[in-house]
Amino acid sequence: MTRKQKRLSVIAGGLAVLGLAAALVLFALQQKIAFFRMPSDIQASDIQSQSRFRLGGLVEKGTVVRGEGTKISFSVTDKIKSVPVTYEGILPDLFREDQGVVIEGSFSPGGAFVADSVLAKHDENYMPKEVADSLKAKGIWQEESKKP
Amino acid sequence: MSKVASKPGRWIDLANPTRFLNLAGIVLPWLGGITLITLAIGFWMSMTAPDDYQQGSTVKIMFIHVPFAWLSMMCYTVMSIAALGTLVWRHPLAEVAAKAAAPIGAVFTALALITGSLWGKPMWGTWWVWDARLTSVFVLFLMYLGVIALTRAMGDPAKSAKVTAILTLVGFVNIPIIKFSVDWWNTLHQPASVIRVGGSTLDPSYLRPLLVMAIGFTLLFFTLHVMAMRNEIWRRRVTAMRRIAARSAERKAGQ
Repeated sequence: MTRKQKRLSVIAGGLAVLGLAAALVLFALQQKIAFFRMPSDIQASDIQSQSRFRLGGLVEKGTVVRGEGTKISFSVTDKIKSVPVTYEGILPDLFREDQGVVIEGSFSPGGAFVADSVLAKHDENYMPKEVADSLKAKGIWQEESKKP
Repeated sequence: MSKVASKPGRWIDLANPTRFLNLAGIVLPWLGGITLITLAIGFWMSMTAPDDYQQGSTVKIMFIHVPFAWLSMMCYTVMSIAALGTLVWRHPLAEVAAKAAAPIGAVFTALALITGSLWGKPMWGTWWVWDARLTSVFVLFLMYLGVIALTRAMGDPAKSAKVTAILTLVGFVNIPIIKFSVDWWNTLHQPASVIRVGGSTLDPSYLRPLLVMAIGFTLLFFTLHVMAMRNEIWRRRVTAMRRIAARSAERKAGQ
């Protein structure tokens, strides 16, 4: 083995060990790194403890009720479970029914999730408005067909 | 190219700094010209792209944000390959390549973070969140700053190049984390649209300008990189000449 090959193999070995270490750390921290939790991840203890966390999911169709001023209530669903949410404040432009949202807050004693911030999570699809309209007209709207 | 062709089969000759300077002198005007033309076409295509069905005209930030983000990762990959060249083959040109790339990469990363922030405010409703994608790109930015500082921390360029190369390779672990962060964890940042299993989810009317812009900015990166490498080689030569001049002056004074 030449010296160059030796140096190369030392570096390759070092990087492999480093990569493995990073992978193990990331695997162990998987729950912590997740930015939000889905409604079906929520346990009864979360509702009782009233600790703050972020909840992610879709705004359930037909649940958006606007109150006086900027008050609003809606349900966040992951199509398995849904959680009622109340919020008072300014909503992002993308907020609407069936839109992905990430909200931060905690459960109130009444069992509703009281949000103090609502973020919109947009998906990876980009298309011109005309294309979206024609897809909807033809009844082959991607978003609906993709989801279970 | 004729410089390489004149010595058949000697690709490695390119790594000779003098030969590199000659080649850079020939290639740079062409590279710069093609970069300008590609970026001009890309800008025009971006401006005439239709509005998105959800985001309206805000979608156009994508045409600069995505190339900046890609380049921030590509530049770091180039630096990692150069770091291997420094450590394994002990090549002076590899040291120069790594040193010249770092500030360019840092600027691209900063621009990706800034344009992303400007995009996030109207769409997500926030300038910044600490989700896995945004945080890992911020770590990449800090890595660039660390590499830049370390390259310039020591007087002896060969010694600092070796230490920096090790730091660069350690930081390379972050690159796959950035790429897959949106798949491995749930994040506020949306998943990949272009380079993903099952093909692009971008409509062709967005994909075309995006690819032209990406090629344009990649060419811009290489233009700037070759220019910075040339400057670094010249800087080293000036330093060496000064040292020789100072030594001979000392000798004369001693006589």
